[in-house]
Amino acid sequence: MRNFEVAIIGGGVVGCAIARELSKYDVRVVVFEAGSDVASGASKANSGVIHSGINSPPSSLKAILCVEGNKMFPLLSEELSFPVKWTGKFVIAKNEEEVDELERLMETGIKNGVENLEIKEGDEVKKLEPNISCFSALWIPTAGITSPYEFTIALAENAVENGVSFLLETEVNGLNKKNDIFSIKTNRGEFKADIVINASGLNCRKIVSMVEEPDFDIYPCRGEYLVLDKNYRYLINSMIYPVPVKEMGVLGVHLTPTIEGNILIGPSAEFIEDSSDISTTRKMMKQLFHEAKEILPSLPEKGVINAYSGIRCKISSAGEGLADFRIEESRNFRHMINLIGIESPGLTASPAIAKRVVGMISNIIDLREKRDFKVRKRKKRFSEMSVEEKSIMIEKDKRWGRIVCRCENVTEVEIIEALSNILGAKTLSAVKYRCRAGMGRCQGGFCTQHIVRIMEKNFGMKIKDIKLKSPNSYMFCGKTREENE
Amino acid sequence: MNEIYVDLAVIGGGPAGLASAISAKESGVEKVVVIDRNSWLGGILPQCIHDGFGVEEVGKSLTGPEYAEMYIKKAEEKGIKFMKETMVLSFNKKLQILAVNKKGLYTINSKSIVLATGCREKTRWHALIPGTRPSGIYTAGVAQSFINLYNIMPGKKVVILGSGDVGLIMARRFTLEGAEVAGVVEILPYASGLPRNVVQCLEDYEIPLFLNHTITLIEGKERIEAVTISKVDENMNVIEGSEKRIECDTLLLSLGLIPENEIAKTARIEIDDLTGGAVVNQDFETSIPNTFAVGNCLQVYDTVDVLSIDAKTAGKYAGEKLVYGGKEKFNCIKVVPGNGIRYVVPQKIDRTGKVIISLRVRKPGENLTLVIKAKNKEIFNKKMPWVNPANMVRMEFNVSEEIFSYESIEVELK
Ligand SMILES: Cc1cc2nc3c(=O)[nH]c(=O)nc-3n(C[C@H](O)[C@H](O)[C@H](O)COP(=O)(O)OP(=O)(O)OC[C@H]3O[C@@H](n4cnc5c(N)ncnc54)[C@H](O)[C@@H]3O)c2cc1C
Ligand SMILES: Cc1cc2nc3c(=O)[nH]c(=O)nc-3n(C[C@H](O)[C@H](O)[C@H](O)COP(=O)(O)OP(=O)(O)OC[C@H]3O[C@@H](n4cnc5c(N)ncnc54)[C@H](O)[C@@H]3O)c2cc1C
Repeated sequence: MRNFEVAIIGGGVVGCAIARELSKYDVRVVVFEAGSDVASGASKANSGVIHSGINSPPSSLKAILCVEGNKMFPLLSEELSFPVKWTGKFVIAKNEEEVDELERLMETGIKNGVENLEIKEGDEVKKLEPNISCFSALWIPTAGITSPYEFTIALAENAVENGVSFLLETEVNGLNKKNDIFSIKTNRGEFKADIVINASGLNCRKIVSMVEEPDFDIYPCRGEYLVLDKNYRYLINSMIYPVPVKEMGVLGVHLTPTIEGNILIGPSAEFIEDSSDISTTRKMMKQLFHEAKEILPSLPEKGVINAYSGIRCKISSAGEGLADFRIEESRNFRHMINLIGIESPGLTASPAIAKRVVGMISNIIDLREKRDFKVRKRKKRFSEMSVEEKSIMIEKDKRWGRIVCRCENVTEVEIIEALSNILGAKTLSAVKYRCRAGMGRCQGGFCTQHIVRIMEKNFGMKIKDIKLKSPNSYMFCGKTREENE
Repeated sequence: MNEIYVDLAVIGGGPAGLASAISAKESGVEKVVVIDRNSWLGGILPQCIHDGFGVEEVGKSLTGPEYAEMYIKKAEEKGIKFMKETMVLSFNKKLQILAVNKKGLYTINSKSIVLATGCREKTRWHALIPGTRPSGIYTAGVAQSFINLYNIMPGKKVVILGSGDVGLIMARRFTLEGAEVAGVVEILPYASGLPRNVVQCLEDYEIPLFLNHTITLIEGKERIEAVTISKVDENMNVIEGSEKRIECDTLLLSLGLIPENEIAKTARIEIDDLTGGAVVNQDFETSIPNTFAVGNCLQVYDTVDVLSIDAKTAGKYAGEKLVYGGKEKFNCIKVVPGNGIRYVVPQKIDRTGKVIISLRVRKPGENLTLVIKAKNKEIFNKKMPWVNPANMVRMEFNVSEEIFSYESIEVELK
């Protein structure tokens, strides 16, 4: 099928949230994603924080959609079965001067409708966070953490379960409109749609410029992180933030526990030229560690086990201060909805953004609610089952008895299920993000070979076609020797 | 849940597990079972198709698979039972093992346990390298298993970070398979693998070894495209301006091995932070009575020969203890590493007589003396014409009754 009512460009958290919201209605929807899986951009590489909404100016879209999005997570996490933890967050004031800033944040928060904010004295903070010393701190109980890729994958897969088409490794490279119908050119041919949603993150300007001269610029701003080993999880209980760094329009280097049990240090903030340059740098690694140590003096250097970076889609430059989200129909091309500058708190706001965009779509076409909309059932992982449950599963299907990933105790059935995902993502990362195989301390040393065998045997994949995570991230150059040699 | 009763259970069917199972059986233990998660026995050896195994032990140079076969045959002849494709999930102080395979879950009730779970490779986590995170980065052992067990070629132009033995061997292996190895990059002033491997795997093939160098950048958005190597000073700080870019499509990491002790940890066995393995006495008994640790999960050995010799000692002792009961014991004294010593095994001694102490030194040196001291009194020494961290030092030491009046003895290098 090549004709759709709605075409969404971009399978990040925003595109996937819109697709999932639309899948509640009787409407033909397609999502184009250039990467080999959803969450290939900023949606995978961020802090994973469900923000409360204290950081954006009152009545900005950022504030409204963040607070609204935050409140949607408990239900979403139930309907989509992805993990959420309400750890709460401290913004700490190191000295008396910074206390003013806390009060300002609190005031903004209250105006934005954030509940139960409270300024705690240093010794009170110490009781809750024994490793943190500060003068006082703003306590934000409604801030939480999630697994951003599990969330995005859940949105996408649930959308497909409800009839949305997802096309991976499909890059939109041309767009025009004739007789009220958009034709969308991709590396997999041309598609038609009545409505186009531009949710392409950092590429939002590029997509707009396919049809008109954009009235904005993109200033990619890279954020690097360090990841701390799970053994040091005990160091903090909640998120620990400094007071925000104003000049850069970012929140500053903070410490965030992750759902997996690591601690993230970061992100840094650095404006860069190439919006796809997700390198980490020696300089930032040092700086991050140094800044984090100021917040958490007992931070062990040898505890750092990983580094990554994500790129913020800013539409204001360093000196210009904060810009708001832009969610709007194109001026010249009706029925093209652009999502521009969806930087932080975009992850938190994504479900609220989706509601808003679907509202805009309902003004264009008639949306009728489906009666058979399905939510996602949570499947227990083998590692979470009781001994009895494990026994029963193995009796039903003996492949539950074969552990493929020894670090996270992932079984053959779970690998096969991950590879059979409804989106058709078949990279090693796609497996990792769905069942955790390869995520543990040996980093795939033991299981990669077995997963590759399953890809070959059960899915008929050719060795040369096996990829790590993106369309050209090939793992192998072929057979060592031809079989008949 | 299936219940099984055995006398001695060995977790891990690599050379260490097999050697100790055979010795235990020879000491008269009736029901010995070896549990391994692989579909094969021999542990890591089937993928080590080069030769050099068994020289010290049997006076012949065998390949890994041949060496393993020797033990597998013997174990079969002795009537040892195997549970293959069976993953041990945990065990407890009552010596009940929880394991799983395609037939279900098992409780294996044992009177004695030998841990022989081997080691794993250090990963990219252990060398934080700036740059991108593309495909084409493998640990040397994973690349070895792809080439040797699965006939899959990871890449054609290779750089190797770290000069551990597995990396050195893979430098040669890739070269023999027609790939180009652009160099081995080592941050230390000396190779961390065995000197003979440096000669046979690098020098013979004219593969450059960059000592005092490290990788400071990885490039490539999807597949790795290049690395930058830089020189380091004596404090291992990168020297600015010394960068050199090397194009490649594969980066192998050979950063060393770490004992695999996740199973040991489930029973809360005491672990030595220095070795990464269990704390043991001279007979390889751990902090849980009748539980032993052997092979690379105890300490990373240089060669399989010495590893098997120790594993046999442990198996024999475990067997005799089961059949005849334990020997007379003294209160435990500690063996601690002093000046110039990175670690010592055993970490404690609780009987008299001959014991073998293995250790590693901190850095290379010549004409030195290893000394054992008890409260500043020298009780033993051994001249060392040369020492090297890559070569494990072994010394036999006769424990007399008098040392049990001390709390600990210290080993140091002078
Ligand atoms: C360092 C950092 C930390 C952050 N921390 C938080 C946080 O803690 N909490 C929070 O709420 N928010 C946070 N954010 C913000 C949040 O991550 C983003 O707002 C959100 O992920 C944006 O989602 P998106 O779908 O718009 O963009 P993306 O995730 O970038 O998705 C866009 C997708 O479009 C695809 N695409 C692009 N062009 C094309 C094309 N031509 N054809 C087909 N597909 C295309 C891309 O491959 C990509 O997958 C953070 C952001 C960064 C960078
Ligand atoms: C990649 C690699 C390459 C090597 N190459 C060489 C070489 O060329 N030459 C050399 O001399 N040495 C080499 N070594 C060192 C080698 O490990 C030893 O020589 C020897 O194989 C170690 O014997 P072992 O029995 O202690 O461990 P292994 O041979 O590793 O055996 C351990 C066994 O325990 C099993 N096991 C672990 N956990 C569980 C569990 N929970 N349940 C069930 N089973 C379990 C494993 O599957 C494995 O079969 C290499 C090591 C590695 C990691």
